[in-house]
Amino acid sequence: MRKPASAIAVHGILILYTALALFPILLVIMNSFKARKAIFGAPLAFPTPSTFSLIGYDKVFGDSSIVSYYINSITVTGGTIFFTLLFGAMAAWALTEYKFRWNTTLALFLAVGIMVPIRLGSVAIIQLIVEMNLINTLTALILVYTAQNLPLSIFILSEFIAQIPKDLREAGRCDGLSEYNIFFYIVLPLIKPAMATVAVFTMIPVWNDLWFPLLLAPTGGKQTITLGIQQFLGQYITDWNAVLSALSTAIIPVLILYVIFSRQLIRGLTSGAVK
Amino acid sequence: MSEVKIEKLCKSYGPVEVLKDIDLTVEDGSFVVLVGPSGCGKSTLLRSIAGLEPVNSGNMTIGGRQVNDLPPAQREIAMVFQSYALYPHMDVYNNMAFGLKFAKTPKAEIDARVNEAARILQLEPLLKRRPRELSGGQRQRVAIGRAIVRKPQVFLFDEPLSNLDAALRINTRVEIAKLHKMLTATIVYVTHDQVEAMTLADKIVVMNKGRVEQAGKPLDLYYKPSNLFVAGFIGSPAMNFLPAQVKKGGILALQDGQELKAALPSSCKTGDTVTLGFRPEHMSLGGTGKFALTGIIEIIERLGESGFAHVRLPSGQTVVAEVRGDPRTSSGQSARLTFDADNLHIFNAEGQRLN
Repeated sequence: MRKPASAIAVHGILILYTALALFPILLVIMNSFKARKAIFGAPLAFPTPSTFSLIGYDKVFGDSSIVSYYINSITVTGGTIFFTLLFGAMAAWALTEYKFRWNTTLALFLAVGIMVPIRLGSVAIIQLIVEMNLINTLTALILVYTAQNLPLSIFILSEFIAQIPKDLREAGRCDGLSEYNIFFYIVLPLIKPAMATVAVFTMIPVWNDLWFPLLLAPTGGKQTITLGIQQFLGQYITDWNAVLSALSTAIIPVLILYVIFSRQLIRGLTSGAVK
Repeated sequence: MSEVKIEKLCKSYGPVEVLKDIDLTVEDGSFVVLVGPSGCGKSTLLRSIAGLEPVNSGNMTIGGRQVNDLPPAQREIAMVFQSYALYPHMDVYNNMAFGLKFAKTPKAEIDARVNEAARILQLEPLLKRRPRELSGGQRQRVAIGRAIVRKPQVFLFDEPLSNLDAALRINTRVEIAKLHKMLTATIVYVTHDQVEAMTLADKIVVMNKGRVEQAGKPLDLYYKPSNLFVAGFIGSPAMNFLPAQVKKGGILALQDGQELKAALPSSCKTGDTVTLGFRPEHMSLGGTGKFALTGIIEIIERLGESGFAHVRLPSGQTVVAEVRGDPRTSSGQSARLTFDADNLHIFNAEGQRLN
């Protein structure tokens, strides 16, 4: 048993840290429910009946383009997660399971991809996307984000795939499964927790990114929500009600995705496979 | 017919030869056990039969069909892995049905086969459980069940009992023997435990350093080991070995000067060095055998009905003799061990059997 004093200390530190991390979010949500005057008058006060106002939310949902920006963000994030996981897991499986000539070289090449930030290649990426006639499309964003996230996801998933007992794959082979079926029916279900981890890692930066939406899809109704919110931030006037309301609602989709994946994170699926 | 025939099989990992010129026939319906020390190539041979390891040269047929280049699934084999290798994300039923589903077996047929296997292996109450909710013995039975439902020509077992505790191992050993009788299946079984080999096998194949040292019926190997390696490997405790020299007239001289007469083949020349082997149960403490060795008892292992006396000879070698009942001697005392020439095994300098 741990001593109560040290338990209190540990919990105290954790609670302090949680409060610190949640405070800005709370501030945003709190103020999104207040009238403009109250936001500036007492930013730290909770909304009261006299200061309560839904004007921000009215503006956000009254503007039909904002809703489509949400859908854009969800499409881009969802598409990126799907392709990153699919191709990442396939590449990781190939690199760990099969011995071929350029195996090590390829793994090294991917490791370099982890180290070099993709933004360094922004100019080349814009040129490429323009050449491919993909400017102002969600496809462009999904392609770039998938490329950005693949190296790290391959690296993480390889580690997990390497832990799957060799006997399991061979049992699959004896059972008459093709290599594709071994991958889809044995390997994929067993690396679900790892895929959830990768999904969370992938999702949050993609959802929050401002850089590539600004470069690759800045107009034409293909803006993501983080970019779309910028329209409320003016050079002279900023519509704080709308900004805070949009930010508050932007949290919800990622939160839902996180809840879905985090259930997998905890699960240890491989237990019981082998003694 | 599901005979397995292997001819001149060779396999190497780079420059390391792990299987050298293996010739082996597994008759239809027979239980063949591959046995040998760690690293002797027995598991590699089994995995080659399964098609999980490519071979360099040689020929392999199962049921008269050449299988050298066939993938595991088309060889009509089923393998039981040492680690069981159950699919952790499926319940017991699906673990057994998985392969059949991919073979596009009709659902009713799958149901019938899985239920039949579950009945034979007493797994019926466990069909809905996941592998992690099963004990070691139950997992083992599921692994066997997964093999049975495929109705393979040949069952391959890779050290299936080595993860079980001692009591369960003996039970499961008996279960496997019964299963073999019931299914009249052709089985190739790998183990390093020579008791398993002796009790289960119709034919034992003793392997060492990638070669087959001897193949034959268990008792043939026990009573007529063809070389020193097999003599030392089969039997527990191991056979005792003493060096001797061939003297004129077919007389063998032990190092202590004692001479004994044995039937030697004509190829034995005077002056040759040979190795004599005799099993612990053929020696007795103070018995009436013709030949005697004296030494100091180092330790007596008492097993109840019998025991083993480890006796250190003046030459520094230790020999083991079986003692019946509760001998009145204890360690540190001197002992006289006697044996007869009838049960003597004689090996030449190359380790080959002479008599």
